[in-house]
Amino acid sequence: MITPNHKAPLTFASIELDAGLKAALAKPRSDLIAEVTASQLKGRGGAGFPTGVKWNLAAAAQADVKFVICNADEGEPGTFKDRVILTDHADLVFEGMTIGGYAIGSNTGILYLRGEYTYLRPHLDAVLAARRQKGLLGKNVAGKQGFDFDIEIRMGSGAYVCGEETALIESLEGCRGEPRNRPPFPVDTGFNNKPSIVNNVETFAWVTCILVKGSAWFKAIGTQRSTGLKIMSVSGDCAQPGIYEFPLGITIAKMLEAVGGVGAKAVQIGGASGQCIPASEFNRTIAYEDVSTGGAIIVFGPHRDMLAVARNFLEFFVEESCGQCTPCRDGNPKLLEGVELLEQGRCSMRYLNELASLGETMQVASKCGLGQSSPNAFLSIIKNFKGEVMGRTQGETH
Amino acid sequence: MLVTDQERLKSDIGKWLERYGRDRSALIPVLQEIQKKYSRISEYGMQVVADQLGIHPVEVYSVVSFYSFLDHKPKGKFVIRLCRTISCDMQGKARVAQQLKSDLGIDFGETTRDGKFTLEWANCLGMCDQGPAMLVNDVVYTRVTPAMVHDILEACRKTFGVYALESKHEEGHA
Ligand SMILES: Cc1cc2nc3c(=O)[nH]c(=O)nc-3n(C[C@H](O)[C@H](O)[C@H](O)COP(=O)(O)O)c2cc1C
Ligand code: SF4
Ligand code: FES
Repeated sequence: MITPNHKAPLTFASIELDAGLKAALAKPRSDLIAEVTASQLKGRGGAGFPTGVKWNLAAAAQADVKFVICNADEGEPGTFKDRVILTDHADLVFEGMTIGGYAIGSNTGILYLRGEYTYLRPHLDAVLAARRQKGLLGKNVAGKQGFDFDIEIRMGSGAYVCGEETALIESLEGCRGEPRNRPPFPVDTGFNNKPSIVNNVETFAWVTCILVKGSAWFKAIGTQRSTGLKIMSVSGDCAQPGIYEFPLGITIAKMLEAVGGVGAKAVQIGGASGQCIPASEFNRTIAYEDVSTGGAIIVFGPHRDMLAVARNFLEFFVEESCGQCTPCRDGNPKLLEGVELLEQGRCSMRYLNELASLGETMQVASKCGLGQSSPNAFLSIIKNFKGEVMGRTQGETH
Repeated sequence: MLVTDQERLKSDIGKWLERYGRDRSALIPVLQEIQKKYSRISEYGMQVVADQLGIHPVEVYSVVSFYSFLDHKPKGKFVIRLCRTISCDMQGKARVAQQLKSDLGIDFGETTRDGKFTLEWANCLGMCDQGPAMLVNDVVYTRVTPAMVHDILEACRKTFGVYALESKHEEGHA
């Protein structure tokens, strides 16, 4: 049984349904995008691109057909917020997609749902059917003459890399999920070569909230460069794992207090692609300008072996690399071999330094975000936990 | 494969192509349907899809081989996928894995001889706050303990039909 793990009601629960859509449809398109831009909402999927800017580009693109794509591939280890949002607040997400359709001039939305969430499909189909019934999807949406919009669901098939927006589009087009070079960006050449906005589930839900409560409300929360609230998926060694809503800019220490994780030795922020922050840096903040994240927080208690953590993440990347480019395809197995040497206590400092520079090369030379971020955890663990990972005797763990 | 089986597959593919549209973007939805109903995507199936979409069978094969939920080798009626990623790892997935291996008598990556079960590893299933997590076909099990393994397998053994464990919406709504 899946239990809803909410520690406190989310803002989403207080939003009047369809108020955001109606407010959006009452505005001229340019005002609507200006409102989203003014909130300074940044993408909640991890990369943090300003949503208003993305929508503006897609709105300006000239094309007969455009697409609104919701990225529900949620594969980053440690992330499960989109699952909860789709379970409890699917209407807000579909509303946000509809608002996006109106904003950029699109008639078609696609929700790309990861295969692992197939069990959610009947629920989501039912929500969509109810919206059609109420006239909130289909012809003349919510009575707005000339605005037709509908949403279909497409399933993923068990490939993490398909969460990367260009790989997702490849997959929608019936191909292997191999990321493309960017630029060009999906706002110009997206699905079927048509201008497309790809946004995260949570991003769409916040757009709806912003249309209800106003951009000023959103902007007043958080920091100057990281406005608004963020849903975090918290797991690992803490008393109360689950979903939390925090203002951006919160310190790691404060967050640990809220989740019952005080005394942790490290926190992985941003999932396998993120950074491993040691206790000495718990005064840092979760924000785009400091420790940035799509919302995955994994807490490591004092007894955890950080080398085992690095191994688990690298195994993940070795398996999920699409194999298209050399730094990622060959680099990750090399780093994993390095972890094995460290486990056996047979890694010289010189070799460790070589591995670190390999990791840095991967960060700059890989083709997509997967390869660029895959060394992050390894690099931060060997940097912050040198004493723990070096000089091991056979069979020793921490 | 018997001729009648091939005909059945061919007519199913035709039906699915009607539903998803006869262009390349229908490829993966159709392959997903084949996988679900036939527990594999055979060479014959790939050939039919390729012919219908006007693409080379190698293209279809390269897509099938890319996605971990699509497979050209036969899989068991119940595909068990245990999460091995960090949060489930910290919550004791190793012992669940051991129990699954003992109760099924197979290793990860294998299928039982009676064709009922395939055991696989999965990466993060998005249930990290309630691990160890496991998928049996589309159904999610959370907080799995070694002691629960037997009952889960028995529940599968008692169900018949391909869609036996499909999409039961179990999540509580808050
Ligand atoms: C390997 C990889 C996996 C990704 N997975 C996801 C994902 O599961 N969900 C998501 O929203 N974004 C994911 N992204 C980011 C997307 O490429 C894209 O930036 C995002 O969907 C844009 O939406 P946003 O601006 O609303 O965040 C991933 C990126 C990479 C490189
Ligand atoms: S970085 Fe990795 S996942 Fe991305 S394109 Fe290169 S090989 Fe593929
Ligand atoms: S780590 Fe197992 S479900 Fe996320």
